Formats: sequence, C-alpha cells, structure tokens
Amino acid sequence: MTKINSKIPQGPLADKWTNYKNHQKLVNPANKRRLDVIVVGTGLAGASAAASLAEMGFNVLNFCIQDSPRRAHSIAAQGGINAAKNYQNDGDSVYRLFYDTIKGGDYRAREANVYRLAEVANSIIDQCVAQGVPFAREYGGLLDNRSFGGAQVSRTFYARGQTGQQLLLGAYSALSRQIGLGKVKMYTRYEMLDVVIVDGRARGIIARNLVTGEIERFSAHAVVVGSGGYANTFFLSTNAMASNGSAAWQCYKKGAWFANPCMAQIHPTCIPVHGEFQSKLTLMSESLRNDGRIWVPKKLEDAKAIREGKLKPTQIKEEDRDYYLERRYPAFGNLVPRDVASRAAKERCDAGYGVGDTGLAVYLDFSDAINRLGKNVVEQRYGNLFQMYEKIVDDNPYETPMMIFPALHYTMGGLWVDYELMTSIPGLFAIGEANFSDHGANRLGASALMQGLADGYFVLPYTIQNYLADQIQVPRFSTDLPEFEKAEKGIKDRIAKLMSIKGKRSVDSIHKELGHIMWDFVGMARNAEGLRKAINDIKAVKKEFWSNVRIPGEANDLNVELEKALHLADFIEIGELMARDALDREESCGGHFREEFQTPEGEALRQDDKFSYVSCWEYQGEDKEPVLLKEPLDYEFIVRQQRNYKS
Amino acid sequence: MWLLNSSIGKKLIMSISGLFLILFLLFHMSMNVAAVFSEKAYNVICALLGSNWYAIAATLVLAAGFIVHIVYSIILTLQNRKARGNDRYAVNKKPKMVEWASQNMFVLGVIVLGFLVLHGSQFWYKMTFTEIIGHHEVELGGAIVSPQDGAAFIRYYFAQPLNVVLYLIWYVALWFHLTHGFWSAIHTIGWNNQIWMKRWQIISNILSTVICLGFALVTIVFFIKSL
Amino acid sequence: MDKNINITVKVWRQKDRKTKGGFESYQLEGISQGSSFLEMLDILNEKLVNEGKEPVFFDHDCREGICGMCSLYIDGHPHGPDESITTCQLHMRKFDDGATITIEPWRSAGFPVIRDLVVDRTAYDKIIQAGGFVSVNTGGVPDGNTIPIPKKDADLAMDAAACIGCGACAAACKNGSAMLFVSAKVSQLALLPQGRVEAARRAKAMVAKMDELGFGNCTNTRACEAECPKDISISNIARLNREFIKAKLQD
Repeated sequence: MTKINSKIPQGPLADKWTNYKNHQKLVNPANKRRLDVIVVGTGLAGASAAASLAEMGFNVLNFCIQDSPRRAHSIAAQGGINAAKNYQNDGDSVYRLFYDTIKGGDYRAREANVYRLAEVANSIIDQCVAQGVPFAREYGGLLDNRSFGGAQVSRTFYARGQTGQQLLLGAYSALSRQIGLGKVKMYTRYEMLDVVIVDGRARGIIARNLVTGEIERFSAHAVVVGSGGYANTFFLSTNAMASNGSAAWQCYKKGAWFANPCMAQIHPTCIPVHGEFQSKLTLMSESLRNDGRIWVPKKLEDAKAIREGKLKPTQIKEEDRDYYLERRYPAFGNLVPRDVASRAAKERCDAGYGVGDTGLAVYLDFSDAINRLGKNVVEQRYGNLFQMYEKIVDDNPYETPMMIFPALHYTMGGLWVDYELMTSIPGLFAIGEANFSDHGANRLGASALMQGLADGYFVLPYTIQNYLADQIQVPRFSTDLPEFEKAEKGIKDRIAKLMSIKGKRSVDSIHKELGHIMWDFVGMARNAEGLRKAINDIKAVKKEFWSNVRIPGEANDLNVELEKALHLADFIEIGELMARDALDREESCGGHFREEFQTPEGEALRQDDKFSYVSCWEYQGEDKEPVLLKEPLDYEFIVRQQRNYKS
Repeated sequence: MWLLNSSIGKKLIMSISGLFLILFLLFHMSMNVAAVFSEKAYNVICALLGSNWYAIAATLVLAAGFIVHIVYSIILTLQNRKARGNDRYAVNKKPKMVEWASQNMFVLGVIVLGFLVLHGSQFWYKMTFTEIIGHHEVELGGAIVSPQDGAAFIRYYFAQPLNVVLYLIWYVALWFHLTHGFWSAIHTIGWNNQIWMKRWQIISNILSTVICLGFALVTIVFFIKSL
Repeated sequence: MDKNINITVKVWRQKDRKTKGGFESYQLEGISQGSSFLEMLDILNEKLVNEGKEPVFFDHDCREGICGMCSLYIDGHPHGPDESITTCQLHMRKFDDGATITIEPWRSAGFPVIRDLVVDRTAYDKIIQAGGFVSVNTGGVPDGNTIPIPKKDADLAMDAAACIGCGACAAACKNGSAMLFVSAKVSQLALLPQGRVEAARRAKAMVAKMDELGFGNCTNTRACEAECPKDISISNIARLNREFIKAKLQD
C-alpha cells in the first residue's frame, strides 16, 4: 500500500508555515536563471505564480487556452476576497478565518493548509493594493469591507461586483510586466494535452497550438498546473465555456492522485435554466442574499398557477409565502452556507412548490429591502446585478421577485497535493481550483480568490524552491527524448482516433446527455442506487462517444469541435470518478449529500469515525478500476462539530 | 521629436493650429460685423490691415496655421485609413451619441477649404495681395475701386445671389466643422473631464454659432441692402 | 413576452488570415427569443455539424459579459444593437421575426482575422506589457491601508479598470484607434497613488507601443464610448492626453 506523505511541518499550528519557510531549501539567484518552470493556466493562481516565479528569476513558460491571459475564468468571480485584517475592529483574526474556513468545509480539509491560507490572506490584500487594484474604499480613504456568505465578521474586500476581474487584472499586469521583460514566455491559444514524465519526474508538457492544430513539446524542470476545476462535467455550470478538467485529468492518468472528486459545490443563486438550447448558467452574486428574501408559495395550487402563468408572484399574499430558509434556519436565515441553501431550494422544488415555467426556480425577493432601504440604496448595492438579470430574463427585479435556482459552480476536489502543493508525481505541482487542498467539502464565499492568489503569490514560490534546489545540476531537457516522443504520439493517436469516428452526433449533444446523468444522480442529493446507475449510464455515454461522435474539419487546423471532443472524452471519465467517489463516501458532508445519511431534520450527517479522510484515487489504466488511497485527516488543534445554522 | 512622431503629438498640432484658426475666425467675424453698422469703420480696419509689415507677418503666420492644419489632417487621415484595415464593414451604424460632424471632419474641412479658395480669390487676392504688389487701384465688376475699400467688395459680391448661397453653404460646413473641432481640440490638449465634457460641447456649439451667424449676418444684410 | 422567431444570419466566413473572406447566409427557424445571441450561433453550429459542415468560428468564453473574449460586429454595432453589454449578454428578443442579421468580425488593421469571426487581439496584450502595470514584485509591499485614497479617486479608477479588453473600441472607431483601451489603463493607475509613481513613464511607453502597432489616431468621435460594453468614458482619453503631454514636457 502506498504511503501518503502530506509533508505537514511539525510544531504548533500557528508556527508551521514560518518553520517551514525558515528551514526549506532555497535556490540562489544565479541558479534560478538556469531553471525553467512551466505554468499551465493564467487564472488567479497561474498568473500570480508565473509572475512571482519570473520576478524571482526563474524562466517561466506560461500557457493559456484563451487569446489572452486576462480572460481566465477567475475573472468572473463577483463577490470578494476574504482576509483577516480586522480593519473593522469586529474581532476578526487569522484563527477565526482559519476556523470559519475549516468549519465551512465541513472538516474535510487539512488544518495546516487552511491555517496557512488564513495566514497569508492579509499579504494578498497588500499585494493587490500595491498593484493598483481599485478596491472599494470608505470616505476616509481606507479599505471597505462587507460581510459575506454568513460570516459573523466583515472581512470581505471587494471591487464593486467585479472583484475577481480586478484581482485577475492585477495578476495579469504583474504577469504582463514579466512577459515584457522577457522572463515569461507566454503561449496563448495553446492547450496542454499531456504531461511528460522523465525518470519519475514531471519534465514537460505536450500542448496543441489551437490556431494551427500543431502538436508541440515543451520541457522544463518543473510543471505547475493551474488549470481550474471540472464543473463543466455537468455541461451546464457557471464555469466558462472553455473551462475544462483535461489538464488535471492527464496528470491523473500519468499517476498523480485525484482527490475528493465528488466534492463539487452547487451555488444557490443562479439564473434558472430557460430551455434545451441553454449553453451555460449565469451566477448572481451571493451578496444578493444579504438583502433578498428567498421564498416559494405555501400552497401547492398557488405554485401550480404561477407555473401556468395564471398568477404573478406579486399577487401572492404575505401569509401565503413560505420563506423556507428563515423558517428552517432562524439564526442564519437567508445567509446559510451555499450547500445548505441549494439543497433547501431543491427540496422545495422536488416537493412541487417550485416556480417559473419549469418549476425549477425559487423567488429571491427584494421588496422588503426596497421598502426598508429605499430603491436607491438597493440600486447602489446591486444595480449591476439587477441590470444583468433584466438583460437575461427580461424581468425587472425592482418590481417582481428574481427567480433563482442552484447550479454547479466550483469543484473542491482536484489533484491531490501535499503541503508543498506538489502532486504525487515529483516536480508536478497543482495550484488554485485545480488542486483539492483548502476548501474541504464545501467552499465558503470569497475564499476561492483567496486560495488562488495565496497559492500563486505566497505559497508555491516558496515551496517549489524546496524541490528545485535539488535540480540545479540538471541541465535543460531536450524535447527529443523518447518520453516526449511517446507522449506526443499518444496524443496524436488519440486525436486521430477521434477524427476517424465520423459518427452522427455532435460533441455537445453527447455532453448534454452526460450533464443530465450528472445532475440527476451525482448532483445535489445522491444515493447509492442512483450513483451505481450513474456509473453504468456514464459507461454507455462513453461508448456512444467513442463510436458515434462527429468532428468536422481537420486535426491540424483551428478546430473547436475537436477541442470540445478532447475535453468531453475527459469529462466522461471525470464524471465516472465523481460518481465512484460519491458512492464510496457513505456520509454527507458539505457539498456532498448522501440521502441515506441525514439527520431527522434533513441536514447533512457526517461520519467522522469512518470518513475522516481524503480520498485519493490512483489511476490503474484504461478501463481498469482506480485504486482508492486514504489520507487520514487528523484534527490536532480543533474539535469537530456538527455544523449548525439553526441557532 | 514627440510632437511629430507620436499620435498624441500630431493631434496636439492639429488641436493648437485649429484653436489658432478659430481665434482668427473670431477676429475676422468681429471685423465683418462692423460693416453692418458702419461701412466707414470697416474700411478703416481694412486700411489698417493693408500692406503693413505686421499685417503681412500676421498673414504669413495665418497661412502657416492653415497649412499645418491641412497637412496634418491629411497625414492623420491617411494613417487612420490604414489603421482601419483593408476590409470595410458591410453594415455600419452610427451610435446615437456620436455627432455626425465628428466622423466627417475631413470632408467638412475639404469643403471649407474649397470655399476658402473662392473667398481668397474674391477678397484677399484683390484687396491685400493687390496692395502688397504695390497697386492702389483694382477693377471690381467694371468699376475701379481702392483695394482698401472693403465695403465696396462686400456690397459687390453679396449682391449676387449665387455668391450669397455659396457663402451660406460655406458657413454651414464651417459650423459643423467647428462644433466638433473646438471641444475636440480642448479634449486633445487634455483639458477635459466628465463634468466639463458637456460644458465644452455647449461652449463649442455657442462659439461656432456665434462665428457662423456673424458671418451670415453680414452676407444677408448686404444682400438685402442690394435689393 | 418571448416567442419563437425565424431569422436569416449573414455570417462572414474566412479560411485564414490571408484568404479573402465573404458572407454566407443561413436560415434558422424557431429560435426562442429567450435564448442568447451566442446560443443562437450554437444552434446554427449544431446544425452545420449535423450536416457535416464546419461550424462558424467565433470567440467566446465566460458568457456573462466579463471575460472580454466575445466580439462580433452585429448589424453595424460591436456587441450588437443593445447598449452596455457584450455579445454574450445580447438576447434574441432584440431581433424581430424575419430579420436578416449581419455578423462580421472586428475589422481593424490591429486585429487581423484568424478565422471567420475570430480575430487576433494580442496587440492589446502587447500594449499592457509595455507599461500597463505597477512595477512591484510579490512581497515586501506596505499594508493596504498605509496610503488612504480618496473615495472619489478610487471610484474613478474602478470605472476605468472595468475595461474588459474586448477590442470593441478599436473595432467601432473609424480611425482604428485604441485610445479608449490605453487611456482606461493609464487612467486607472494614474489616479491611484500606487500607480502615480511611474505614471509618466507608463503613459509614454503605452502610447509609443500603441503607435508602433499601427493603431490609428483618435479624433474624439466618441464611437468607442458609445459602443463600449462597460461604458468607459472618453474623459479617460483626455486624462491620457494630459498625462502624455505633461510627461513629454517634463523630459
């Protein structure tokens, strides 16, 4: 049995990171120039890592699939970024941020990692301010904060409703500076298709030039994957159209463990699906729940009348409305964590109280807020979101309640990494959403931006040196090595196989089929029977895909259908692993809810004695069952509790 | 030299030369309006601007202003056409807030210039230029007049309906050119922000209206007098 | 109320940078007005793929109006006839039954066509690389609250920073000028004390790069501002002019 070494430093929780930094190996400046690092992805994690590594003196090769590094999907994050600055004097501290994050993650993250995250969060804010990120400010000129996602303190820094955009543009500007200086070589419209392992270490990648279709080889001393999450397995998610799990999945297939794949977050406030042609879902910031009240009709006949268009929501009397979150969770009300809010919406809709044409929506009502605060204040706070909603749905949220429904949003699972953010393959690192590390079973609002930037600015640039310090004698690798040749051939064969199928179905039609299976059986509420069915159904989809997909055009040319097919081939396998992992985890925790494991009130029921571990899946080969390794999660410093948002 | 090499430098040249020409127009207009009230006064000004050294110097500077403004408009327009690329849009619509004049400044400029040639041959050539080359008499519509008798020129030309129509068209083109030209020049220098944007545009409209109405007033008054 | 409409789309098809392109028309029936413009193109592409033809290539990614990847010149407007949104936020309810919709790529010498409606916008990245940053390395920076910034300045900087780099400004400009894009970045950083330090150097470097890349000269038509999906104001261009002239005069 493989031994899992997560390399957590010794010592008290608060000293671990400092101790690590004090004792890690460093690379001297002259040697940094001789070392190359490949960074895949230019989101918050990728761009900040690439920029920081280049600033330190390493030669960086940075890849992104879009036409510019500035387009990575981190840009779409709206709400904000957490840090325990305690600027508001409301009693915040690094410990509290750590504790809230670990509790929010339902005690399925490593204490040491999360503590480090909380610790470096403050530096992120300083760094971003220095880069010229225009955070919101008070009239006195100091940084403004807001409370977010049910936190009891105001620790969220924001830049209007576009925090992700501004943070990414900050990282992008730092990256651009290094590109201008020649320290980063930027490859846009390139997609990583494989990682190359030489003598057991990651030494390069194979990438496809998306414009010419050419397959190219790149070598380096270390490879960093910051390619984001795999939420698009569900076809419909809030992720960007091109977001995919393929880079991470190829690492898995080369031997890197995939951790907690079933832990996916469903976000409660998205705009509901409107038809079969829907291409993606749009998220509305969670901050809306600060002032909006969520409800469905109390009477089944009212809900039915609304669905049929016979009744308008504004016609439902106050006493006939069921503010179900306030009813079920009096202490937190509409501000319960995302997983709780999402499941509660699904429960109401499943019970027949859903609204909208499809019955798959609940109301988010601002009439109380408008009465209490005035339309102006509401407009100031949420004007851009209301406008966005109106453009999409053609309804005015100032007059009629918004309709929302949960949608897949973020994947907590990802490549397993140790404390140094290195995967189980030496020299292969994973950062940001691509790794599994800090969010446990559920991510709190405004924490993803924090984690991406923490990894890229302040963690990886240290930890990677501990690895590279041993590599200074290793000369640059030739891409003519047989390992590169073999990897390239593997990719070419795979593409040739896809192109030769010449079946009858478009990639999207098969992807939608996969999405339906995922949503129905591996979505918000899962059970053993459904998961088994999902595994079988996904196998059928896999067969259909590999025998009946149709990809027009040529392989050695710009070919979007081929790109999508390559992604889908991996999504199918990821979907299966998600179901497999969900089946194994016989408990409910955070974003993973097994119907068999719930409290009498319908809340998630953890099984700490049996499932307090990280599931690490090890690839065994095509069509072979992967092996599950378990990294135990020992809580040395805090006591696990049942999450309670009722009182 | 950044003024000649950079895009903003070249535009600054356009802007400064344009503002200079606007100042000239203001002066010219004020002078013309004097003729409406007193032809005698107008002639005094004409005499003053005869072939004196300072008038010649000012004329040269003015000509330089025109030439710079025209040459740079050609350079910039050519560069802009190139920057636009070879393929044109098949369908292109003007957004509501975009002034028509702003997208047709070069064409308006050419129209203004065309009439300027006509105007120069009718007035400047026969008045100032005649004097510069040392003549003190000039033939105007079969009569012999002094080149300093500006009022006679105005009376003569603005009695002809064709001339009146042509000049009025000129003023309209000039008006359009100035409505955009003035605030745009200020903007290029950098003296603008969100609040002043609206103000400069209003000032721009008032200024061009005053200039063009002033010119038109003289033209129309003399045409009516001739009837 | 949304209904289903039949439309004709006239799409620019171009094999690659060098090949001459041309329009092709496609009929689409029963398009829901509730669908987005890009979903309409998805439907068209699904149809083309099912017919064994190559789909129409267009750039898109986040589909919520923030990544700046989508482009398209629709019926004479960048990002289509609706205001203050990107193409991906445009919905079919803006179009009538029986409409013919003309879709063209950005046309500007600075943005060469790669394929069909996909253009190369790396020129904008190059301008940022020339100076669109604050020269600070990771770590060693002062606390975020060390320098108070007047709210008004922070708000103005945020207005300018909202730029998504989509290229609609240069595409809309009859002069092919990138001034709105450049001025937004120069303004954002010039307004903040952190960026003020190298404001002069930045303005000069970015304008020089912009000129070098062959973008046109701004004539203040305001078309960029009118078509900008993020409503970036041309008062930023005045600020850029000011910063640039001031920097040059100080040399």
